[in-house]
Amino acid sequence: MSNQNWPLFEVFIRSKNGLSHKHVGSLHAADAAMAIENARDVYCRRNEGVSIWVVPSTQIVASDPEDAEALYEPAKDKIYRHPTFYTVPDEVGHM
Amino acid sequence: MEQEKQKAALNLSLVMGDNALILGHRLSEWCGHGPILEQDIALSNIALDLIGQARLWLSHAGKLQGGKSEDDLAYHRDVFDFHNFQMVETPNGHWGKTLLRQFLYDAWHHAMLQKLVLAQDEDIAGIARKSLKEVNYHLRWSSEWVIRLGDGTEESAAKMQDAYADVWPYVGELLQKDFWLKELDQWIPGFTADEILAQWWKTVREVFSQANLPAEPMDWLYRKGHLGHHTEHLGFILAEMQFLPRAYPDATW
Repeated sequence: MSNQNWPLFEVFIRSKNGLSHKHVGSLHAADAAMAIENARDVYCRRNEGVSIWVVPSTQIVASDPEDAEALYEPAKDKIYRHPTFYTVPDEVGHM
Repeated sequence: MEQEKQKAALNLSLVMGDNALILGHRLSEWCGHGPILEQDIALSNIALDLIGQARLWLSHAGKLQGGKSEDDLAYHRDVFDFHNFQMVETPNGHWGKTLLRQFLYDAWHHAMLQKLVLAQDEDIAGIARKSLKEVNYHLRWSSEWVIRLGDGTEESAAKMQDAYADVWPYVGELLQKDFWLKELDQWIPGFTADEILAQWWKTVREVFSQANLPAEPMDWLYRKGHLGHHTEHLGFILAEMQFLPRAYPDATW
């Protein structure tokens, strides 16, 4: 099998209405239309979703792992930012 | 009348079921050999859809034949008792040929199912309803591939011309208004063979015009796969497909 020159796409699936799209993986396709079909065939074989997004992987802007200390460490000791003192009613469902 | 109707329902179920079974088997031969992983899975999905549909049609045919099972029909008939079109038993060839054959069958399959959902026979309408959802996707997928390859690079266009030369001579059998197709208009409201064939031509012309392929009738040979007259290829398919249940009749999953 080869994948000469076919660009990579990232695939996001919404598992049911009301939930947000989640990244599930990536695949190769000649263009966006084929990427949607490939995503359907590769990632929705077992009832995983009701909606698909595909994004060219080159369009993803990612944070630099080198910056992790500056970006994430400072939040670690600020527990007062976590709303853990509230009880969330069951009816709220997904938050 | 009731007996005639039953006979027509049996013919229909065998033609639909055997086409699905044999084409599904052919497509399954691609499993692990597709050009890229994504398309390998796509084709395997379609193969599984078709095998699933074959189970429904053959179960129904078995019931009409007095209690035979889907397995009796799939594994314990010989070449002359199969009613699939010769086109679906032809070897896969390259990717373009498999896709072109698939598209030509999908266009026919889709046109048929769109009418069969109207059948008053609830068994047949039910199988058609379930199948139509799957075949909508098959047709969309194979149409896009035929256009991509036919209107793609010089090499892909040349390969599609080869594929066309291989497959087109077999298409005539899908378009013959034989007894089994004619009988259907007696018990499916609004069903006419002419309408099915017109729909097929419309789909094929639309896609072929974008794929740079000619959609012209030719002087087709009268092929009788649906009456049990097959090419040499079907015997080899059955030998592979039927070996296990015949050699090990008690085998279970």
